[in-house]
Amino acid sequence: MKLVLVGTSHRLAPLEVRERVALGEREAAQVAAELAANGMEAVCLSTCNRTELYVAAADADDAEARASALLSELASLPENELHPVLYRLQDQAAALHLFRVAAGLDSLVPGEGEILGQVRKAAELGATGPILDRVFRQALHAGRKARSETAIGESPSSVSAAAAALAQQVFGELTGRTILVIGAGKISELAARNLVSRGATIGAVANRNVERARELGGRFGAKAIPLDAVADELPAADVVVSSTSAAGFVLGHEVVREALPARRGRPLFLIDLAVPRDLEPAIHELPGCYLYDIDDLEAVVTESLAGRRNEAARAEQIVAAEAERFRAWQASLDVVPAIASLRAFAEEVRAGELARAQGRLGALSEDDRKAVESLTSQIVNKLLHLPTVRLKEAAAGADGGAYADVVRDLFGLRDDAGSDRLPRQ
Amino acid sequence: MADALLWTTLGCYAAAAVAYAIGFRRPAPFGAAGTWAVRVGWIVQSALLGVEAGDAAGFPWATWSGSLNLFVWLVVAAYLIWGCRPRYRLLGAAVMPLAAVLLAVSYAGGGTSGGGGRYSSVFLVLHVGLVLVGFAGFTLAAALAALYLWQERRLKRREARILRVGVPSLVTLDDLAGRTIAVALPSLSVGILVGLVRLGLDGGGFDALMALTLVTWAVYGSFLLLRYEAHWHGRKAAYLLLAGFALVIAVRLGLPAAHFS
Repeated sequence: MKLVLVGTSHRLAPLEVRERVALGEREAAQVAAELAANGMEAVCLSTCNRTELYVAAADADDAEARASALLSELASLPENELHPVLYRLQDQAAALHLFRVAAGLDSLVPGEGEILGQVRKAAELGATGPILDRVFRQALHAGRKARSETAIGESPSSVSAAAAALAQQVFGELTGRTILVIGAGKISELAARNLVSRGATIGAVANRNVERARELGGRFGAKAIPLDAVADELPAADVVVSSTSAAGFVLGHEVVREALPARRGRPLFLIDLAVPRDLEPAIHELPGCYLYDIDDLEAVVTESLAGRRNEAARAEQIVAAEAERFRAWQASLDVVPAIASLRAFAEEVRAGELARAQGRLGALSEDDRKAVESLTSQIVNKLLHLPTVRLKEAAAGADGGAYADVVRDLFGLRDDAGSDRLPRQ
Repeated sequence: MADALLWTTLGCYAAAAVAYAIGFRRPAPFGAAGTWAVRVGWIVQSALLGVEAGDAAGFPWATWSGSLNLFVWLVVAAYLIWGCRPRYRLLGAAVMPLAAVLLAVSYAGGGTSGGGGRYSSVFLVLHVGLVLVGFAGFTLAAALAALYLWQERRLKRREARILRVGVPSLVTLDDLAGRTIAVALPSLSVGILVGLVRLGLDGGGFDALMALTLVTWAVYGSFLLLRYEAHWHGRKAAYLLLAGFALVIAVRLGLPAAHFS
């Protein structure tokens, strides 16, 4: 059986092509089932950045042609138009590609974590057999290993994620921490959402237009306050997120300084996402106050993405090792029928010879008969042990097929676990 | 035998210090290797203390070098409680070089030949043991404070690479340092009390080490008072812990002759 991959991704195809082949979970399952109806194993992995068909079939060319035609049909494009943006890979190269995808190495943001769940889901919805089951299980393993043994997925890749990660540098777990949101726009909301997803709660939303603050606050169970009431909320806040369109500072150094005694030494983390800035930079000089503006956060994101790219080199080594393991496993499949036939043949000979000697062994007691059975089995097993190991080793290299053919030829074996000839009776 | 154990311990602690230093840039595999070196070193040092206890006639750590050896063992034991967690490994970069140096100083100051003291064993176990547990706690708290100041400085400087190195949060470090002192100070207090009771019963002079130990106690006492009454947290509290630790070092290293003769 051959492993075949036909697909397209953000690396080759523009958005207008990708959106034509993008599939929901149900459609992806249907596509896999359609391919599987031709006696193949099939999995369809479709995300916003890629649509890939993984197929395991005896005839690789046929599988590739069917998968290409199916993608072309999905995109409603002639095959020659789709052809330039498709990649076609087989066996180890296809496995390596899948492992890279699962590890986030082929993602727009290296190491992003969502893809691992998408690979798992695709495998669950697919029509898997021995090959695809193995390769997808190994892909999930490779993805997890790349993330646990390198820092590729650790650092934030957006400004709001960087703000939340920095807040965690101050507070650790954000559960129970209170956020004060200044400004009821999309940017404040996005940053606040990121903090909320890590356990923090929004205490209050301040806005010039209190009605809009009420609207946003209502979604998070927070109270709405006018901008001039921000000082009253400072003693209770742990994190301040600000993004208004005000021309001047919305929160000054003096206001924060006056709130410090009531904070009883608790640190205050302030995120200023506005341009022009909302929070007076001098706040950062106050003890226990940490103010980060949009430039500071972008510098952290840039640096962390560079870090992810450095880690990617180590993750590549991990997935390459996994791909090599898959190759060795796939190659071992070539010799498995030969080993099974050889063992069946040997067992046939052993059983036949024992039956032939029945007359001479008739006087043996039951215990002695069992001892003879055991002895002959041991002899067969010992004789076959080394050839079996050697065959598997050869399969892990490149000579598996040749070795299997030699064994079949020498012993006159067929791959249906028997031999061409019967042992002499 | 004891010498071999001491050199092995020293080697493990030094290796851990080096591994943690490299672990700043490459946490895997050096961070984990450092922690294993600490574990092995601590087990070997435990064996060393066992051998010393077996060889000595009385309490084996009554000498200055012996007590320093026991002190290092307690510091590393306290570190191991947190040091096993990857996020606290950087603490090892502060603790393990100190442990290695103090162990080397202990060896230079008298080797592994323990000896019985002139006091009763019960008295020594209580007095020396409790005082050293307190000092070990102060040492760990100082390492936590140093880590706090380092991390706080990075946040104040808005270092772009700040997320590259995994460090416990400021609040966690501050909280752990406070809790460590809350455990260590009562231990030192009881240790001092036992010493003062013996002084009252058996007589003897009040020496400089005793005076400095009382000053140390006062510094850490004021730390707890300021923390819980005046809400001293963060940088100020960390500086106070480091000041207290300077006194601990002076007590442990600076005045050996005055108390152990």
